[in-house]
Amino acid sequence: MGKSATEQMNIVVIGHVDHGKSTVIGRLMADTHSLPEGKLEAVKARCASDARPFEYAFLLDALKDEQAQGITIDSARCFFRSQKREYIIIDAPGHIEFLRNMISGAARAEAALLIIDAKEGVQENSRRHGYLLSMLGIRQVAVCVNKMDLADYSQRTFESIRDEYLEFLNEIGVRALDFIPLSAREGDNIVEPSDRMPWYAGPTVLDIVDSFVKEQGIVNKPFRFPVQDIYKFTESGDDRRIIAGRVETGSVQVGDEVVFLPSEKISRIATVEGFNTPVQSQAYAGQSTGFTLEEQVYINPGELMCKTSEMVAQRGSHLAVNLFWMSRQPMIQKKKYKIKLAGARMPVWLRDVVTVLDASELTTDSNRQQIERYDVAECVLETLKPIAFDLSNDIAQTGRFVIIDNYEIAGGGVILDTPKCTGSRITERVQQRERRWERSAITPVVRADRYNQRSTLVLICGPVGVGKEKLAKALEEDLFSRGRYVYYLGLSNSPQGMDVDERGERDEYIRRLGEVSHLFTDAGLILIATISDLDDYELETINTLNQPSDSRIINVGPSRFSRAEIDLQIDDLGDTEEAVDKIRELLTAKEYLIEYYL
Amino acid sequence: MDQLEALEAQSVFILREAYRSFKDLVMLWSIGKDSTVLLWLARKAFFGHVPLPLMHIDTSYKIPKMIEYRNRFALEWKLNLIVGQNAGALGTGETFPEGKVSRLQCCASLKSEALKHTLSGEWPRWVLDHARGDFVKEESGEPFTGVIVGVRADEEGSRSKERYFSPRDQHNEWDVGEQPPELWNQFKTDFAPGTHVRIHPLLDWTELNIWEYIERENIPIIDLYFDQGAGTRYRSLGCMPCTSPVDSTAKNVRDIIEELRSGKFSNIAERSGREQDKEDRSGLETLRRDGYM
Repeated sequence: MGKSATEQMNIVVIGHVDHGKSTVIGRLMADTHSLPEGKLEAVKARCASDARPFEYAFLLDALKDEQAQGITIDSARCFFRSQKREYIIIDAPGHIEFLRNMISGAARAEAALLIIDAKEGVQENSRRHGYLLSMLGIRQVAVCVNKMDLADYSQRTFESIRDEYLEFLNEIGVRALDFIPLSAREGDNIVEPSDRMPWYAGPTVLDIVDSFVKEQGIVNKPFRFPVQDIYKFTESGDDRRIIAGRVETGSVQVGDEVVFLPSEKISRIATVEGFNTPVQSQAYAGQSTGFTLEEQVYINPGELMCKTSEMVAQRGSHLAVNLFWMSRQPMIQKKKYKIKLAGARMPVWLRDVVTVLDASELTTDSNRQQIERYDVAECVLETLKPIAFDLSNDIAQTGRFVIIDNYEIAGGGVILDTPKCTGSRITERVQQRERRWERSAITPVVRADRYNQRSTLVLICGPVGVGKEKLAKALEEDLFSRGRYVYYLGLSNSPQGMDVDERGERDEYIRRLGEVSHLFTDAGLILIATISDLDDYELETINTLNQPSDSRIINVGPSRFSRAEIDLQIDDLGDTEEAVDKIRELLTAKEYLIEYYL
Repeated sequence: MDQLEALEAQSVFILREAYRSFKDLVMLWSIGKDSTVLLWLARKAFFGHVPLPLMHIDTSYKIPKMIEYRNRFALEWKLNLIVGQNAGALGTGETFPEGKVSRLQCCASLKSEALKHTLSGEWPRWVLDHARGDFVKEESGEPFTGVIVGVRADEEGSRSKERYFSPRDQHNEWDVGEQPPELWNQFKTDFAPGTHVRIHPLLDWTELNIWEYIERENIPIIDLYFDQGAGTRYRSLGCMPCTSPVDSTAKNVRDIIEELRSGKFSNIAERSGREQDKEDRSGLETLRRDGYM
């Protein structure tokens, strides 16, 4: 490595509007001589020419909008260096209107300074921001009681604010490292201890900032590698199939056995790949890297790679979460949203609202059906298919997520638990259908007798472009010519492969296929359909919807299934006629095609 | 993990996220040190390949050495290079200092306008043909909806408020107050039809980080940044009429790093040699709202 061994840390400064966040940062930069030459003088001169008093906050509020209104709109980043290390200081807006900007700023930080105005005391956003910090996973917080110059540097004022806010922090389970009385405008306790508050002997802001520690130990946690993408640059003469992503926690070595979740495919690390770097035999937390595998597995971006020798991630489609909502449109039930969790992107529904918390007052409401803007809610989510995750208390990096509504990040949250779930969307749908369905007097057995066949769904699966449709049509013709009641559902394959189906168009197709095949099989027919890249969970959905009939799986080429039983595997579809014969034999053996007995 | 490794890992992550999420993606290459580091990071991200096109907006006032350098490495690294230009304004001479336009108007026309219309595919593009080793003119093309740009937060105030993934509307406008949230490395990767996005993988890098990385990776960088013996060098590259060299005897990457760490430039802003910044104190912010990089 080079000589750059310096450490860099991200710190966010938060608090209620007008409590002096930008001033604290401006002062910190000025007093540590971190400003570009002439910047301080230039801002002072500008203030003089505009006939208004100079403020340290102007150093940061570089945008016109902000200088006019005197508030921070977006999180600005500034760079500052102490004797110890380098910092990126994030100035987060305190105005409620810009809460999502505050969240964006805070989510990047490793530690936080929370500013409270000595004259105004603890305000709504002092509490809300404090609560959100704990949700965002920021454990190191120091509280600055600012504007002590306006409170006569009074020890009593400081202590009463400290006690009030400590009580609040205790309620939400956050521990503050320290409380510092200061005046950013006058420079008290920013870099130098102040002689105007002799009653205070604790650290200055600079001391406390230097005392924050980098998060340790993520490399000792179980290995988690969200698959960001799978690259094969064959057209550039490169045959490597590289699984690319970033190691979130833990480490992995060449030769380690790995499992991909939720698909449960297993392989082994063959190589660690890189460009312009010496050959590596291991990868560890924080690195963006890539691997080749000993045995190729058929997986999509978004899966989570774990080591089989360690605790692996959980897998499920129901999540008990703590969720923070930012969108003007409330989060409602029965509406399809999208979840992004580590590398996974998938349709998701709000199933149940347990309690809603007002984060500034800490009051809860258990009778709410939806989640309004700025609410923090404990709720249950259901994903379209099982998803891989960890509880946020075990591994934060794979235990948090965002919710997309109408192209926007509308909410974020952390996973608390796996709920004892009561049925899924699909089983509920089937129950509802069965309640409404008026069954005819002609039973499946009577129908089977007449048609001389038992109905079923023949699903021809496999990757795109292996000739599934051709096989399906040939099978239909063959059975038809033999006097069977058969139908090939030419509803075409899903419009897109599953890796690009983030909005759930494929989900709709799968659902429709399940419903349609229920109609056909209920009518006593043998239905043939083709579908690319079908996985275990999609098949389960189709089977549930197709009840009480069943399905038979013909797979052409490599398989995506880990659990589903394949009735007939065709590696290479060379001879269609031979394949048709095999399927017919299978259907005969399983007694769908009933032979005549004379 | 040291600071440069952490910065590299984050930039690579962002580049891959962009590549995964957007089909019509392009990366801007100004030939300067920042976008060349960005190009190098793309080769890191994609294991030696650059599977997306690069675009250079040629104002025709660039220092000639920059064009030589560009063409040499585009061929060597097998880059899919697209060049765009405001042929109209150049034809009628509406440029600074010859024409009756200010520095900022010239920037808006030769850079912002040219970029906007080349991205949208309305204006011709000159595409590098590797077989012929020359550029082929294409009259029109498909619009790019994702644009990767090498801006850094430390360059000046307005850039410090950018997101890694920053939406722009059809008119390329940037709404600072209504930016989407970015949580835990989950970026805005969903866009309504008709909108597009700027992606900023270098946001957390400082000028010093850039040079330290160039040194560590041994990235071939254009020699205009080094003193050739006259006691001057360029600290920031732009058009000839608006970019002046600074007094410096830094002859190589190591010298520049020393100069930035503890020497004469440790406290002077990088863009101090860029004249257009001085015309209007919020000039860059105005340009940025209109799509300037």
